[in-house]
Amino acid sequence: MLKVKDLHASINGKEILKGINLEVKAGEIHAIMGPNGSGKSTLSAVLAGKEIFEVTHGEIEFNGKNLLELSPEERSREGIFLSFQYPIEIPGVSMVNFMKTALNEHRKHKGLDPVTASDFLKLMRERKELVEIDSALTNRAVNEGFSGGEKKKNEIFQMAMLEPKLAILDETDSGLDIDALRIVANGVNKLKRSDNATIVITHYQRLLDYIVPDFVHILYNGQIVKTGGKELALELEEKGYDWIKNGEQN
Amino acid sequence: MTNEQDKILGDVTSGDYKYGFVTDIETDTIPKGLSEDVVRLISEKKGEPEWMLEFRLKAYRYWEKMEMPQWAHLFIPEINYQDIIFYAAPKQKVSLGSLDEVDPELLDTFSRLGIPLEEQKILSGVAVDAVMDSISVKTTFRENLAEQGIIFCSMSEAIREHPDLVKKYLASVVPVTDNYFAALNSAVFSDGSFCYIPKGVRCPMELSTYFRINAANTGQFERTLLIADADSYVSYLEGCTAPQRDENQLHAAVVEIVAMENAEVKYSTVQNWYPGDKNGKGGIYNFVTKRGICKGANSKISWTQVETGSAITWKYPSCILMGENSYGEFYSVAVTNNHQQADTGTKMIHIGKNTRSRIVSKGISAGVSNNSYRGLVKVLKGAENSRNFSQCDSLLLGDKCGAHTFPYIEVDNPSSIVEHEATTSKIGEDQIFYCNQRGISTEDAVALIINGYAKEVLNKLPMEFAVEAQKLLQISLEGSVG
Ligand SMILES: Nc1ncnc2c1ncn2[C@@H]1O[C@H](COP(=O)(O)OP(=O)(O)OP(=O)(O)O)[C@@H](O)[C@H]1O
Ligand SMILES: [Mg+2]
Repeated sequence: MLKVKDLHASINGKEILKGINLEVKAGEIHAIMGPNGSGKSTLSAVLAGKEIFEVTHGEIEFNGKNLLELSPEERSREGIFLSFQYPIEIPGVSMVNFMKTALNEHRKHKGLDPVTASDFLKLMRERKELVEIDSALTNRAVNEGFSGGEKKKNEIFQMAMLEPKLAILDETDSGLDIDALRIVANGVNKLKRSDNATIVITHYQRLLDYIVPDFVHILYNGQIVKTGGKELALELEEKGYDWIKNGEQN
Repeated sequence: MTNEQDKILGDVTSGDYKYGFVTDIETDTIPKGLSEDVVRLISEKKGEPEWMLEFRLKAYRYWEKMEMPQWAHLFIPEINYQDIIFYAAPKQKVSLGSLDEVDPELLDTFSRLGIPLEEQKILSGVAVDAVMDSISVKTTFRENLAEQGIIFCSMSEAIREHPDLVKKYLASVVPVTDNYFAALNSAVFSDGSFCYIPKGVRCPMELSTYFRINAANTGQFERTLLIADADSYVSYLEGCTAPQRDENQLHAAVVEIVAMENAEVKYSTVQNWYPGDKNGKGGIYNFVTKRGICKGANSKISWTQVETGSAITWKYPSCILMGENSYGEFYSVAVTNNHQQADTGTKMIHIGKNTRSRIVSKGISAGVSNNSYRGLVKVLKGAENSRNFSQCDSLLLGDKCGAHTFPYIEVDNPSSIVEHEATTSKIGEDQIFYCNQRGISTEDAVALIINGYAKEVLNKLPMEFAVEAQKLLQISLEGSVG
């Protein structure tokens, strides 16, 4: 589904990603861990097409398409979803209006007619239950005044609405209370199918107890320095990043 | 990063003005320039009675001694009044029995402007007075309205046919000597709309006037007078467009509203005069005086405006709240793009007891434009328990444009409460990227954000107008984010 080859990206001339290689197949869950500032959010932003990052080298293939040629909105419509580490507030724009616009763009891309009002409301209701998000939230403006945890829940709600092929969850667990963490993780698991894939970025092994990854990658200083199974996360939790850093020095 | 954003903004705000066409029609114009003789000539052309000529001459003599106001946050190039044509009328037969007699070119113009002038559009339920250059072209629905005693006609006709009403109310809200442009308008106004709603009548349809400047080098000075007698209701719409021309054209209108006891007047404007090109060449100078008086107890006047056009806008629709418990409202969205300048706002003058007012102003600036809100809330000594709430928001697209807020508050009554809130925000690259990431294009994202921002005001407009206004906002900002 996703093939990243020797990806280099920089911002204002400063290289952040220094040769990333990553392959994600349909049905898989990948976890990416790594110390603060190692480039995890940068990688997700580059995958989503944020233009301030300049891709200086490398390739990204997504379902046979050259992702680097697509605009951010086209990538979204092709099925890439990013759950933001810091979701953005859009005052004055209602969640309903926002979601409906987004959903209809996705439908148009697939050659479908705009969703009818009643189908839309039905879908909203259904997906809201999936992530147990409060109706009061979806009646408000996009993320406006939402608490940190509510924003994260709202990201997963949007993901449930758009049913992406590849979901990238950038620290969706941070800021969630214990119950919310379980609910959000369950939601993600329920949306899991054999034809979609998930990249989970996290600092904590705890999340991976709920969303069990097939692979764990450690991103360090703009490179994936280690890849393993779910036990790698446990090892990391035990030993900390010094182990990786020292490993690099050796 | 700033460059990226500028590029984006530059792209979305470079849409084209779609009403820029010129109608090829024979026009009866008088020579350029302004003098007492010109004022006399205008009055003569219009076959006006002596008292009207006197009114004009008085205004002209007063104007001559005045100077252009300088206090607005605007850069206004010197206007040469000797270079303007003060009267231009499409040539046609004097009286029009039916639409068949209207010049087809003219009908075509109005249909391109989307005005429901033709009989087939009667179902849309809007009664329209259309003013091209200086002359009122056709008022639809006259008979219909007349059955209920409603008078809706051109100002010229009102002067001829309802002189008592005109004499009583003309300049009763905006005195001839009120300000420079009001004096100028009083001297040379050519036409406009007149409306009278009798006691106890709810006007069954939206009344609407479309103003169009067509002829070159012409100024447009229309005059609107709207009287809502006791217990009546009317909703009035006004739309404005002009052709695309390299030189600046002057528009100086006066609108007066009188609301008697328990009467309610809603006045909505969608102003889309030609704003000039991307480099600031051409465009309309829009210097307008709009004022309503809530004369009777429990009366209500509500101004709603969507201002997207004009090179320069100078406009402060105001309410004089005289009657006890009367209520004034001002809802405004003003967009400036490229080199446009706007200094607009309102005045709420609380005179009566328990009077209330509400101001919601939403400025949107893009390009290198300047957008100012200027508002006065004045509470007089006797205005016991009066209240005002003002909300002034500014939204910036890009970082070369400006937004300014000038609230003036004068309260002479200790039992009154005046509240003012102001915010400034920016459409951020991050907001746009967030929308993009959900599959929404940048252009649609900007439209979504702008409409969300302006929603409170757009909701105040009649349905069809709200849709129109929403599109207009989009077009006005097209290309400013990309
Ligand atoms: N807009 C920017 N301008 C300058 N530097 C940036 C910008 N965005 C990211 N960086 C830098 O890129 C590096 C990687 O940042 P990134 O956000 O990808 O880290 P991360 O792995 O997601 O960290 P965290 O775990 O704290 O979320 C950091 O050094 C950061 O300062
Ligand atoms: Mg991060």
